[in-house]
Amino acid sequence: MSADLVLFAPELAQGALLLALFGLILARPRQDLALSWLPAASVGVLAASLLAMGARGVFFSGAYQLDACSQFFKAAVALGAALANQNALRRPLLDGERRTEYFFLLSLSALGFMVLASAVEIITLVVALELASYSLFALVPLRGRDPRAAEAGIKYILFGAAATGLSLYGYAYIMGTQHTGLIAQLAGKDWSLATNPGAVMGMALLLCGFLYKLALFPFHAWAPDVYTGADNETSAYLATIPKLGAAVVLVRFMAVLTPAAGIGQLLAVLGVLSMTIGNLAALAQKDLKRMLGYSGVAHAGYLTLGLAAGSAEGMGSVAHYSLVYVLGNLACFWVICRLSRDGRNLTYADLSGLHKRRPALAFLMALAAFSLVGLPPTAGFMGKLFLLSSAWNAGYSWLVVAAVVNTAISIYFYLNLARHCYTVDPEREDTQAEPAGAAGFVLAGAILALGVVPGPVFNLALKAGQNLLP
Amino acid sequence: MADGTFPILSALILLPLLGAGLTLLQRSDRAVRLAALATGLAEAALSAALWLGFDATGDGYQFVERLPWLPYWNIEYALGIDGISLLMIVLMAALTPLCVLISWRSAAVRLKEFHACLLFMCAVCIGVFCALDLVLFYVFWEAMLVPMFLLIAIWGGAERKYAALKFFLYTLAGSALLLAAIVAFRQYAGTFSIPELAARDYPMGFQMLAFWAMALAFAVKMPMVPFHTWLPAAHVEAPTAGSVLLAAVLLKMGAYGFIRFCLGLTPEASVEFAPWMVAASLVSIVYGGFVALGQKDIKKLIAYSSIGHMGFVTLGIFLMSRQGMEGAILQMLNHGITAGALFMCVGLVYERSHSRQIEDNLGLGKRLPVYMFFLGLFSLSSLGFPGTNSFVGEALVLVGSFKYSVWVGLAAIPGALLGAAYMLRLLQRMAWGSPSAASQWADLNRREVFCLALPAILVAVLGFAPGPVLKVMDRAVAQSLERSIAASQCETSKPAIGADLVQAKEAADVR
Repeated sequence: MSADLVLFAPELAQGALLLALFGLILARPRQDLALSWLPAASVGVLAASLLAMGARGVFFSGAYQLDACSQFFKAAVALGAALANQNALRRPLLDGERRTEYFFLLSLSALGFMVLASAVEIITLVVALELASYSLFALVPLRGRDPRAAEAGIKYILFGAAATGLSLYGYAYIMGTQHTGLIAQLAGKDWSLATNPGAVMGMALLLCGFLYKLALFPFHAWAPDVYTGADNETSAYLATIPKLGAAVVLVRFMAVLTPAAGIGQLLAVLGVLSMTIGNLAALAQKDLKRMLGYSGVAHAGYLTLGLAAGSAEGMGSVAHYSLVYVLGNLACFWVICRLSRDGRNLTYADLSGLHKRRPALAFLMALAAFSLVGLPPTAGFMGKLFLLSSAWNAGYSWLVVAAVVNTAISIYFYLNLARHCYTVDPEREDTQAEPAGAAGFVLAGAILALGVVPGPVFNLALKAGQNLLP
Repeated sequence: MADGTFPILSALILLPLLGAGLTLLQRSDRAVRLAALATGLAEAALSAALWLGFDATGDGYQFVERLPWLPYWNIEYALGIDGISLLMIVLMAALTPLCVLISWRSAAVRLKEFHACLLFMCAVCIGVFCALDLVLFYVFWEAMLVPMFLLIAIWGGAERKYAALKFFLYTLAGSALLLAAIVAFRQYAGTFSIPELAARDYPMGFQMLAFWAMALAFAVKMPMVPFHTWLPAAHVEAPTAGSVLLAAVLLKMGAYGFIRFCLGLTPEASVEFAPWMVAASLVSIVYGGFVALGQKDIKKLIAYSSIGHMGFVTLGIFLMSRQGMEGAILQMLNHGITAGALFMCVGLVYERSHSRQIEDNLGLGKRLPVYMFFLGLFSLSSLGFPGTNSFVGEALVLVGSFKYSVWVGLAAIPGALLGAAYMLRLLQRMAWGSPSAASQWADLNRREVFCLALPAILVAVLGFAPGPVLKVMDRAVAQSLERSIAASQCETSKPAIGADLVQAKEAADVR
C-alpha cells in the first residue's frame, strides 16, 4: 500500500496543499504571513511529481492510468502551477480576504488537470476536466469591480458549459455505438464514417470540448476576450495550464484514432486555419494580453502538426511543445504582471524603455518572444523543429509549409515585444516595475536550457509518445 | 595546433562568447574596450593558427568535430571547414579587432552591450561558416539576427528603428522556408549532416522545390534584386562597426549558402535554374550600379555598390564553371575587405563632418591627405582597378561569363563600367570638390591608420598575388562544382570536365 502512495505522490502532494489552503480559509490568520509558505509548497508538489516520473500502474478498473505520458504532463502542470502561484502572490486587484480562496481555487484547478493527465476513461476525463474548469469559472470574474471581468466570466462559463454539453452528448453516442468508455478499448473499434457514423460523430463532438480548451479555430473566439477581461495573474494561468490539459487528452485520443486518417486531416485543416487567423488577428492587437490570446490560438494550430502526424514522435513533440509554450507564455505574463503594479491591462507602449528600468525583465521578455516565434537558440525553436519534422515524416508537407509561412507572419508582433523593451524610449518616466525575481531567472534559464540542451526533456516527452503508440 | 586534437573551431566560436561575457563584467569604459580588443586579437591569432594548420591539398572537410546533440533526430554538433569557409572565417576573425578599434571613439553609449553584441556576432558568424549539421547551421544563421538587430536599433542613426525592423523581418521571413527545406532533407536521408546529405541523390521534383526554398533565404541575405531593399536602410543606419560586419561577412553568408546548399545539396536543380539566377544576377549588377550612381549619401552609395558586387558573386557561382566559382569566391573575400574598409572610411569622415552627404565632405585632398590616400585606394579597389584585389575576382567572373555566353558577358560589362563611374565621381568630389569645409579637421591618427592599413595591405597583396588564396580554395571549388558539372553534362553535351579544368589551369598560368 505504501508503494501505491508513492505512485500517487503528485496528486497527494497537491491534495495536501489544498487541505492546508482550506484550513487557512477557515482559520483566517493575519494576511501578510498567511501565504508565505505557498511557493515552497508548490515547489514541493513539483518535486513530488518529478519523483513520481517513473510511476506506472493502472487503477480503478482501468479508468486511471499512470504512464510516461501522464507523469510527464503532471510534472508540466506542477511546474506551471508553481510558477503561476508565485506569479499571483502579489496580486494587486484582490481584497485581502479573498486571497486564500483565490489560491485554493487555482490549486484545485491544477489538481483537476493532474487527474486529467491520468484519466483514460471518458467519464473520468470529463469529471477531471470539470473539476479543473469550474474552479476557473469562479476565478475569472475576480477582478475588483471591473465590468470587463464580469463579461469575461460570463463568456467563459457559457462557452465552457456549451463545450462540456457537446462533449457529453458525444460521449453518449460513443457509448451507444462502441459500448465502452475506456480509451484503450476504443482503440480496436470500428471508426469508419461509412460503417459506424454515430461513433465518428460522437468522437467529433467529444473532441470539440477539448479543442475548446485548446482554443483551436473555430473554438477560439473566447480566448482573447477572456484574457483581456480577467486579471493579469488569472490570465497567466488560463493561458497556460489548460493547454497542457487539452494537449494530454488530445494526444491520448489521437493515438487511438490514428488509423482513421480523416480526423488527422480534419485537425490539420483546422490547425492551418487556426494558425493563420490567430497570427493575422494578433498582428492588429495593441493590448498585450489580447495579442497573447490570439498568439495562443496560433500555437494551438502549431500543436496540430504533431497531432495530425499521429506517430509516436508526433505525440512526443506535442507534449514537448506544449511545455515549451507554457514556459514562453508564462514568461511573457511574468513580465506583464511585474510591470502592471496597479493590475491594469498593458499595451506595447508600457514596455517602452524597459531595458533601462529593469534589464532582467527586458531580457526575459525578449527571450520569451523569441521562443514563441521559434528563433534559436531558445526552446521554441527546438519544439517547432520537432513538430515540423514529425509532420513532414507523416507526409503533411503542406502543413509544414503553412506553419513556416505562419511563423514568418508572426515575427512582427513577437518582435514588437522585444523591440519596445530595447529600442523605444519610454513616454512616461515614472512607471516603475518590480524586480524580475527568482522565478523570472528560472524561466529565462529554462527557455535557454531547453533550446541548447533539448535532449533530456525531449526524451521524456518522446517516451510519453512512445508509450501511447508503441 | 595542427595535430587535430585541439578543437580549434569550437575554440573560435567559444572565445568571442567568453570575451562577450568578460566585457559585460568590466566597470570602466576603457576596460570594456581593452577586453573586447584583446578578445578580437586572440581570435585573429587563433584564426591565423587555423590558416597555418589547413591542408590546402586535402579533400573534404578538415578540423572536423562531431558530438551527438540530440540522437533521436540525428542532430549533431558537427563542425568542419573547407577552403571556402576557411577564407570567410579568417576574414571575420581579422575584422573583429578592427571593428573594436574603429568604434573606439564613435561608440559612446551602452558600451558593454555594444562590444558584447560585436563579439557575439563574431562567434555566430564563424559558427555559420563551419557548421556541418543543417540544424546547427540554422541555429547560427538565425542567432546572428538578434545582435545585428540590436547593433542597428540601439547604436544606429536617425532612422535606426525602421531599418532594424526591416532587416529583421526580411531576413527572418526569408529563411522561414529554409527551415521547411531542412526538415524535408532529413526525411529523405535520415540525417541532418551536410556531408552525408550532399552525397545523396534526390528526385528532381524535390530538388526544384528545395532549391527555391533555400534560394529565397540566401537571395534575401545576399541581397539580390528585388529582395534588396533592406540593405541600404540597414547599412545607412547601422553604426560603423555594424556596417563593416554587415558588408564584410553577413552578405557573404548568402553566397556561402548558395555554394554549400544550393549547389551542394540540389546540384541538378541548380543547373536547371542557373540561367534564371544568372539573369537575376545581371539585373542586380546593373540595377545596383545605376542606383549607386544617383546617390548623394556616401554610405548609401557604397550600400548600392554592394548590391552590384554581390551580383557578380551570384553570377560567378551560377556560371557553373571553375573560373566563375573562383572569381565569385575571390569577389566575396575582396568585397569583404574593400567594402568593410570603405565603410570604415565613411565612419571616419562622419566623425569629423557629422554628415554622410557627399556635398558636406568635399575637397579633403589637401587637408586630409592620409585619409584620401586610403579612400582612393579602396575606391580603386572597389571599381576593380588592375593591380587591386577586386580586379582579379571580377576579371575571373567576366572571363567565365564570356565563356558561358557572349551575351551574358556583354551584359555584365556595363556593371563593371558603372562601378568606375560612381566610385570615380565620389572620389573626384571628395578629393577636389569645393567649397571644402575641412579646414579644421584633423587627419587620421595612428589608431585610425592602423585600422585602414591592414585592409590596404590585403588589397595590394591579393591584387598582385592571389595565388595562395586560390590554392586554398582550389579543392573546395572543384568539389562543390563536381556534381553540378556532372549534372549539366548529362543534360547537354558541353565541353568535357577535363577540358574545362585544363582551360582553367591555363587561365591561372596566364595570371
